[in-house]
Amino acid sequence: MTSVTSRDLSNEMPSPRQLPRPAPPVGAPVRVTGAQSLVRSLEALGCEAVFGIPGGTILPAYDPLLDSTRVRHVLVRHEQGAGHAATGYAQATGRVGVCMATSGPGATNLVTPLADAHMDSVPVVAITGQQTRALIGTDAFQEADITGITMPITKHNMLVKDPADIPRAIAEAFHLAATGRPGPVLVDIPKDVLQEQTSFLWPPELRLPGYRPTTRPHGKQIREAARLIAHARRPVLYVGGGVIKARATAALRELAELTGAPVVTTLMARGAFPDSHSQHLGMPGMHGTVAAVASMQRADLLVALGARFDDRVTGQLSSFAPGAAVVHADIDPAEISKNRRADVPIVGDCAEVISELIDAVRAEFQATSPDLDAWWQQLRNWQQTFPLGYDRPTDGMLAPQYAIERIGALVGPEAIYTAGVGQHQMWAAQFIKYEKPGSWINSGGLGTMGFAVPAAMGAKLGRPDVAVWAIDGDGSFQMTNQELATCAIEHIPIKVAVINNGSLGMVRQWQNLFYSERYSQTDLGTHSRIPDFVKLAEALGCVGLRCEAEPDVDKVIKQAIEIDDRPVVIDFVVGKDAQVWPMVAAGTGNNDIMAARDIRPLFDEDGS
Amino acid sequence: MTTHTMSVLVENKPGVLARVAGLFSRRGFNIHSLAVGPTENPDISRMTIVVAVDELPLEQVTKQLNKLVNVIKIVELDPAAAVQRELLLVKVRADTTVRSQVLETVALFRAKVVDVCPEALTIEATGTADKLDALLRMLEPCGIREIAQSGMVALGRGSRAITAGSLR
Repeated sequence: MTSVTSRDLSNEMPSPRQLPRPAPPVGAPVRVTGAQSLVRSLEALGCEAVFGIPGGTILPAYDPLLDSTRVRHVLVRHEQGAGHAATGYAQATGRVGVCMATSGPGATNLVTPLADAHMDSVPVVAITGQQTRALIGTDAFQEADITGITMPITKHNMLVKDPADIPRAIAEAFHLAATGRPGPVLVDIPKDVLQEQTSFLWPPELRLPGYRPTTRPHGKQIREAARLIAHARRPVLYVGGGVIKARATAALRELAELTGAPVVTTLMARGAFPDSHSQHLGMPGMHGTVAAVASMQRADLLVALGARFDDRVTGQLSSFAPGAAVVHADIDPAEISKNRRADVPIVGDCAEVISELIDAVRAEFQATSPDLDAWWQQLRNWQQTFPLGYDRPTDGMLAPQYAIERIGALVGPEAIYTAGVGQHQMWAAQFIKYEKPGSWINSGGLGTMGFAVPAAMGAKLGRPDVAVWAIDGDGSFQMTNQELATCAIEHIPIKVAVINNGSLGMVRQWQNLFYSERYSQTDLGTHSRIPDFVKLAEALGCVGLRCEAEPDVDKVIKQAIEIDDRPVVIDFVVGKDAQVWPMVAAGTGNNDIMAARDIRPLFDEDGS
Repeated sequence: MTTHTMSVLVENKPGVLARVAGLFSRRGFNIHSLAVGPTENPDISRMTIVVAVDELPLEQVTKQLNKLVNVIKIVELDPAAAVQRELLLVKVRADTTVRSQVLETVALFRAKVVDVCPEALTIEATGTADKLDALLRMLEPCGIREIAQSGMVALGRGSRAITAGSLR
């Protein structure tokens, strides 16, 4: 495999290569237990944090962990929190996040975060205890076939049956998680394998004959892509999370400015291209900006970089970007032409693809450089006619979008923002302005409510110098808020803004729009203060604040910013009826995008 | 939909069959037949998978299979340029009234009688799916008691070999 070392990383997340890493012990084999071998392997791989909970079968591993000075264990309150924390840590640092759990329920509680990390291609390693070898398959106490269960939701997993294999298994897990298209890897280790005597030798030899990710793009395809870019009249750079994972955002900016093409950043790519940049049209998709969605619908060329034509972006596939030729670059060949046929498929690491594209486009531009003036005129027209916006609620309650917008403005682009799933997530993607990669961490593919708090915990642990704000909903928050106890005890001072609209807001919005305002099972009762989030925060060792009116918003946010010795929870009590706009309703095409209720810019345009 | 035969070299490790089978069902592809066995290299097994899919989904199957860490190599075998065989064991009623008819059929298809008792014969036959189908049609009127049939195994014709060794 090749690696690019000359890449400018100044604007990127800290690279694992830049972080101090303990020198791996090399030399003669040492007699240790399997558990000691595991902890030594983690140390040798530079793992600095493990999120987990001990239990029967993983107990042997927790004993040497007590003595490790390099690996910090964070005792979470629920294994789901451990998994999301590892994901948040990985997204914030670009390194592998590690979580640990015992067999049976401990392991099955990791299923949701592993599925989440799989959908969003996050490098996570999960280590689970397993019943002793002799008991496997006998329905023993706390036995679950976790490798079988997680097969479809991990990049790879393995059951280690010989303690001598532990260093290799852990090294392979880290390698698989972090390289190629990143993803979660689970290593299941029976209790007696952890207890048995073995020898530890580092570094182990990786045995992965079937694993050879393609990182170098094909030169012919790059030239063909450059030719299409040079001849396109209405190009769009469709940027996905792969660009952030490849640490290619500086190169992306160079490519964008060279081509002059508009850029759209998907939910997973918010921060890959500065929101303040004049070529940025915002987020495409179901709740994207009209300009971003319309640009793709009217484009004659889509240059997809580390994006996967997800249904939330394309809407009804048959009517998506009907006039566009497609250049599709991704490190995973299976993504190319999976949903939309690519005219120019490029398999490779986005950093290499983009830097080679820059050279090829530059060469093409010597012959022809495109005139995009007419295109930009149309794009500016959409931007000016249909900017992102919101109305104040008629009932006089606080507008949720206003609270989120002010957090973004006061906390600034240096911070990291995480989100749960629902309306607050979409508003946080729309109304906070992202300037840097890694500043927006959310659950895109799986859409996991409860992601925000544990992910913020992991991010803050990995980047203690940076302010980390979890933008959460009252529904999402009630799924995992027990991790605030972990944050309080482990001194991980995150901020949580609960956008409390008293209901499962996104579901309520759909009930309002598509189910005749019949609000079945979406009222959470949180507006009647059950629970009282301020008291809950205090009970969990945090500072609890409340904000119910617009004039107090800035004051409360500033108050939270001032507190740095404990986690802070702000209960923003907001109106029930605010909705996320624009919207492409599920099952409809992007041409039917509604800027607001009953306003269909592209439909109206077609009709005129 | 057309039938495709894929020859897949995989690491000889526990769980690999489950990974491959799970992938097919998860992505909504139907396996026609699947045969697994050892190769010249004890660390490597060969799976011969027959699927009925169109060209485009086939490309997805291949790409998704390739993503499995334990999958080393995938080659689609062109039926015209490959030897394809299935193994059939069939137990047929063969009392005195039909025994000679059964034995005649066995000879015709170059099959073999591998077990015999007064009421029945067990016949072993190898060949392509077409040949085995034809044999079964001939035996049907005599009364088939039991059938065990393997999935297809196949190798490309000529001297070239698909080996994992050529990879590194």
